[in-house]
Amino acid sequence: MIFYIARRLVWTIVVVLCVIGITYVVFFKLPAGNPALRFAGKAPTQQELHEIEHRLGLDRPWYVQFGKFAYHFFRGDQYGWPGLGYTYASGASVKSLIVNRAPRTLFLIAGAAVLWLFSGVAIGVISAVKRRTVTDRVAMGFALFGISTPVFWLGLMMLYIFWRQLGWAGGAGYVSPTSDLTGFFSHMILPWITLAMLYSAFYARMTRNNLLETLGEDYIRTARAKGLTERRVILKHGLRASLTPIVTMFGMDIALLVGGAVITESVFNLQGLGYLAINSALTQDLPIVAGVVLLAAVAVAVMNLVVDILYAFLDPRVRYA
Amino acid sequence: MSAGERAHDDRLLLDVRGLTVRFPTPDGVVQAVSDVSFQLHRGETLGVVGESGSGKSVSNLAIMGLLNRTRTVISGEVDFKGRNLLTWSSDELRKVRGKEIAMVFQDPFACLHPMYRVGAQIAEAVTAHSDIGNSRAWARAIELLDHVGIPNAKSRARDYPHQFSGGMRQRAMIAMALVHNPDILICDEPTTALDVTVQAQILELIEGVKREFDIGVILVTHDLGVVAETANSVMVMYAGRIMEYGPAFDIFSRPQHPYTWGLLDSMPSIDRRLEALVPIEGSPPSLLTPPSGCPFHPRCPYRFEPCATKLPPLEAPTAEAHLDACWLPWDKKVELGTQRAKKVAA
Ligand SMILES: Nc1ncnc2c1ncn2[C@@H]1O[C@H](COP(=O)(O)OP(=O)(O)OP(=O)(O)O)[C@@H](O)[C@H]1O
Ligand SMILES: [Mg+2]
Repeated sequence: MIFYIARRLVWTIVVVLCVIGITYVVFFKLPAGNPALRFAGKAPTQQELHEIEHRLGLDRPWYVQFGKFAYHFFRGDQYGWPGLGYTYASGASVKSLIVNRAPRTLFLIAGAAVLWLFSGVAIGVISAVKRRTVTDRVAMGFALFGISTPVFWLGLMMLYIFWRQLGWAGGAGYVSPTSDLTGFFSHMILPWITLAMLYSAFYARMTRNNLLETLGEDYIRTARAKGLTERRVILKHGLRASLTPIVTMFGMDIALLVGGAVITESVFNLQGLGYLAINSALTQDLPIVAGVVLLAAVAVAVMNLVVDILYAFLDPRVRYA
Repeated sequence: MSAGERAHDDRLLLDVRGLTVRFPTPDGVVQAVSDVSFQLHRGETLGVVGESGSGKSVSNLAIMGLLNRTRTVISGEVDFKGRNLLTWSSDELRKVRGKEIAMVFQDPFACLHPMYRVGAQIAEAVTAHSDIGNSRAWARAIELLDHVGIPNAKSRARDYPHQFSGGMRQRAMIAMALVHNPDILICDEPTTALDVTVQAQILELIEGVKREFDIGVILVTHDLGVVAETANSVMVMYAGRIMEYGPAFDIFSRPQHPYTWGLLDSMPSIDRRLEALVPIEGSPPSLLTPPSGCPFHPRCPYRFEPCATKLPPLEAPTAEAHLDACWLPWDKKVELGTQRAKKVAA
């Protein structure tokens, strides 16, 4: 088990290194033009340009630049850990920007994830148990709707109905939970539901299919032969075996949303990480984009590690292999 | 009724009459079990043999109430201690399952839940039908594992199924079945997935359990050798019907049905070399469109005029014979039977 975790850990570090390398190449080597030019503002003199190039380290060979980039990421820079540099536009630290925006995205993901996990699994179980009945059809109809509905449309409809027309929820924009907890929930509930809808539909389908497959297994017949109640057969024996792939997917989905909830963030004007990255890309403020991308990629790599370890805890066959 | 018969009746556990199981499928109705009747007494091992697809598992699952009621049509009577199980609600049946009637399945590799400890799975069988606490259920699980011959039961109970060998898993399954000292133990091909040496041990264990607890055992198997060793009575099934049914000794010494002859002649044994094996020609019929008359007639070398049109009843041809379902006249059966016996002896 220790060996298994150690191996995964080494692998995660390798992946993170690769991600840093690729991020560096994509954002600082590939873009045409001199970054110093973007940094310097309008019509700089040659002298000023050289100074900026020196300050940004652009006059050093590429491997030194990359080394510094990676070193800062792991060991921090003058703004603390992880060192992500400063922005072209204002010279503010990228890290402080991200720290400022991250809670919005993390709250969005956390709330939505709880919603979609429980609703998805519950719908999937009900639909598997009531297979080929009206309930099953309705549930799978919902799933099809959730999977095929564009998020921006759903978000706008939600806003229109529940905020504009009914006034049940707060509108777009982010309210910090520390300043106004009710406001926070009233503004988050629609984004949560919107984001959760798509995933809930996926999870419902996956739970239903996994559970149906599991319920055909011999050990389920054994559980029934023991005289267990049907409820226990399904929830304890059936769901337990169907849960492993769901947990795996859950971890990955959460990680992918760190940089990938852009549409929901935009529709509800939450100004989270994805939104920050897109906006900075439009203004060519590459250190910010690189910072967010790096963070998102590291989130995926770390979540992968977590999921692998969790997997071993969930499945004794892996644990003891 | 004489006193002897009375005592005999007290030991009657299961009285199955006219059990028929149909599966409606998109292609039509599959009649997997047709008009099956038999009895099981305490201390008796009933061997059920027949080729694959002959309805052995389905009839036992029907008795256990393990067939999905919404997708199967079951008729007939299954009298257990005087009450017809087929009329019970699924919750009443659940309370019998694992308590009074227990079942051990074919593939011990697939029958234990891969994610729960072996001991916990047995303990769960304990708590399913009694209110005792978890620690006492666990103690009972260890006791049973020990009883079925798992060494170091106390520590092995904490293992997961994949840490057990096939034979040990089957022992664990038997332990699980014995939790509530059931009256009936149904073993559906309990040894098919195991090594030959382990097979013998498991059969011995089942026999030991039967004698110790004075229960009735239904032993389903492909292997006539297994039946010959352990069964008191034998039921030969084909295409969902009983072809021949009687005391084990009679079935092996004086088989009456051509299908049973075929089964016996295709069975390898110590004193018969491989080239002497005669497989039954052809293959079992489709249960969607079963042949008219006797289901075995398309493959039967002795078929004659009534076989293709009329279903032979399961009857004893003479007072001293056992039950068979075959149109051949009795003297013909005796003649062919003795010819066959001579050939086997030669
Ligand atoms: N749920 C079902 N729906 C339709 N047909 C079924 C179903 N279950 C079993 N059958 C059919 O019933 C027939 C009898 O099956 P059964 O499993 O009882 O055979 P068996 O004698 O136990 O064979 P084996 O020796 O291979 O275990 C088979 O032809 C099978 O295809
Ligand atoms: Mg079978």
